Amino acid sequence: MALRDNQGRPLVAVTGMGAVTSLGQGKDATWTALTAGQSGIHRINRFPTESLRTTIAGTIDFIDVEPFCAPMLSERLAVLAAEEAVGQSGLASRDFPGALFIAVPPVEMEWPQRQALAEASGQTGDVTYTDLLKAAATGRFKAWHDLFIFGTVADRVADTFGTKGSPISLSTACSSGATAIQLGVEAIRRGETDAALCIGTDGSVNPESLIRFSLLSALSTQNENPEGASKPFSKNRDGFVMGEGGAALVLENAETAMARGAKILGFVLGCGEKGDNFHRTRSSPDGSPAIAAIRQALGDAGLSPDEIDYINAHGTSTPENDKMEAMSCTAVFGERMGSLPISSNKSMIGHTLTAAGAVEAVMSLLTIATGRIPPTINYQVPDPAIPLDVVPNVARDANVKYVLSNSFGFGGQNTCLVFGAEPKGA
Amino acid sequence: MRDVVITGIGIVSCAGEGLDVHLAALSGTPSTNDETFAPFPVHPATTLEWDRQIPKKSDQRQMEAWQRLGCYAAGLALDSAGAKEDAELKGRMQLIVSAGGGERDYAVDGQILTGLRAAENPGVFLNERLMGDLRPTLFLAQLSNLLAGNISIVHGVTGGSRTFMGEESSGVDAIRIAKERIAAGQDDIFLVGGAYNAERPDVLLIYEMGGFLWKKPYQPVWSRTADGGGMILGSAACFLVLESREHAAARGAKPLAVLAGAVSDRSRRQPGGIEQALHGLSNRLQARPDVVISGATGVKGITDEERAALKDIAPGAAVHATGDVIGHAMEAQAPAGVALAAGLIANGKASDALVTSIGHWRGEGALRLTKA
Repeated sequence: MALRDNQGRPLVAVTGMGAVTSLGQGKDATWTALTAGQSGIHRINRFPTESLRTTIAGTIDFIDVEPFCAPMLSERLAVLAAEEAVGQSGLASRDFPGALFIAVPPVEMEWPQRQALAEASGQTGDVTYTDLLKAAATGRFKAWHDLFIFGTVADRVADTFGTKGSPISLSTACSSGATAIQLGVEAIRRGETDAALCIGTDGSVNPESLIRFSLLSALSTQNENPEGASKPFSKNRDGFVMGEGGAALVLENAETAMARGAKILGFVLGCGEKGDNFHRTRSSPDGSPAIAAIRQALGDAGLSPDEIDYINAHGTSTPENDKMEAMSCTAVFGERMGSLPISSNKSMIGHTLTAAGAVEAVMSLLTIATGRIPPTINYQVPDPAIPLDVVPNVARDANVKYVLSNSFGFGGQNTCLVFGAEPKGA
Repeated sequence: MRDVVITGIGIVSCAGEGLDVHLAALSGTPSTNDETFAPFPVHPATTLEWDRQIPKKSDQRQMEAWQRLGCYAAGLALDSAGAKEDAELKGRMQLIVSAGGGERDYAVDGQILTGLRAAENPGVFLNERLMGDLRPTLFLAQLSNLLAGNISIVHGVTGGSRTFMGEESSGVDAIRIAKERIAAGQDDIFLVGGAYNAERPDVLLIYEMGGFLWKKPYQPVWSRTADGGGMILGSAACFLVLESREHAAARGAKPLAVLAGAVSDRSRRQPGGIEQALHGLSNRLQARPDVVISGATGVKGITDEERAALKDIAPGAAVHATGDVIGHAMEAQAPAGVALAAGLIANGKASDALVTSIGHWRGEGALRLTKA
């Protein structure tokens, strides 16, 4: 097999994968539940939900961190996923021979910390930031500086795994996980590193982040039956359900991976990316940026649309995304879109936001490895405007050689990845 | 490998707007606001006529100060690169932004904290107040990647956009990765930079918790360490247009300087660590500077070590601290340092520049610029 792609670039192999979602710890736990059509969405117990329009989420409740806050949980999810991935790759577990690219949720201090500062200030009247600053000056809260600056999760993960160089913390909103992989692919292709640890992580379901999405009317309010709320591509879809998760992939130059006898789990064959300047939260009505991103990913992989066997959808279950995604895919894949399987993992694990692109990359590669396509559950009322084969409700066996994974996000972010069992022509 | 040149610079800060005023400010004293956030001085952004770079009022309203500053500087950079009116070029221009997060509603935060003290059920009270009092669009002024999103919307830069986070390091790494992608032929042209609003109590709070802030009247960066050390944050934004030399030539753009190298790492912060790290970075760059633009913070220890290292690395060079021109602008500090260096080179005041970035808490980087 040629170890360079048709553009003469090093092939990028995946040699390790790990995941943790609301369905369980470890990629196998998530995969087993996903292919069984199980939902990880449930009522939120982490904080009171009175007065909220949305009271459900795919939180990860079987992992505890102290103090409990988004950066601590996000770091823990990243470490768990990366331990699994690096372990599978057989590379040194504490001396990783390459760079770290990690998609992390933008963090800030949370309410318990603000309250502690307000209390420490001794202010008994109206509290202002002047009081919080006074409390900060005592030096008693020094550890929170490190905890709540943006580079800390990456720094700690880099420490844990001994990755090389300056770790990259990134955000491209809901396509962040895919961007982490794309950065790793690019670094390997230009010969900068032979290995990259690419991670997406998000443990940020807290009152304020949920309310912020809720105020943008982005979330499903179908709280009565939590497991049924996320219904991508259905006519009665009404928003996404927040989820938590972490996923990690070890990417390697295929040549060095083979030379060390590593088992290759699949290849990242193509990446595509296109910005959208239509609106801060909405996509161009003609879908042109998403279309361009898909075409670029296919072109980068050297594949024609006909060669894609399955699409792992962004499929958030918002009215807007699913319509735009169906339209964009139809523009690229034409009539074939009526029979090309496209399913959304988010129907079961919710939208894991910063982590989604990485979680869905792992699931795409497992689809290829096992020949089983996870379903889109909760598909009871098809949307006649978007006639798709969403692999409704039940997993399906199929010979899947090439997968397209879509990720789209607020701020005009569109990132698409193509995975394959083998490079084309191998 | 292809040469990477700088063909556009947009910068705004307390020094004013544009490269020339910033070069002039290398020999002055930055304007400082000692009152608003006393005892913390900050270097406030100059007053800008937003309409000149963000024509639509509706766009201006959708942004908070850090995004407006960034969008404005990005527009200046596109103007300076002769790219503003070229829709085709901007449609394939790549964007990397180094950013933290956006602002909060400080009044609402205060009211909620006040109310929480007496609330019968604090969790429910918090829900009610956040649901009722948060402006829905504030989220979009806060998300880290929405500076990039706004630049796409306002200026039509839509090749692809990525946002790096992680304080000072993110600024160096944004430039480093753009440079490597151009050098390797992965892309032709980038808009890279960052923006920071220092006039925010929540960012002061984070750095005051860590004990990093200077709480006396302005002193130059290098002289603060004798008196305990500390940072003075500055509101600033800087964007650069980077492209391959061939690409610049083909479209008739004049290079201001060559970005000869960009390196970064993460050292153990222990005594002597910064000195050692800077020597390492400088060796990797084969630096032979006749001018140094330092991103030094003024924080005790690391600032002293940087000064000691620079005496060895650049014995005859003039050393300027970006902090003495614009303050410490965190994610925007390295882009601003590169802008100053490129300006000196383009004006014939220097021929080989070293730009340093020693993060206040972690992360070390250095960049080398040479004559175009």
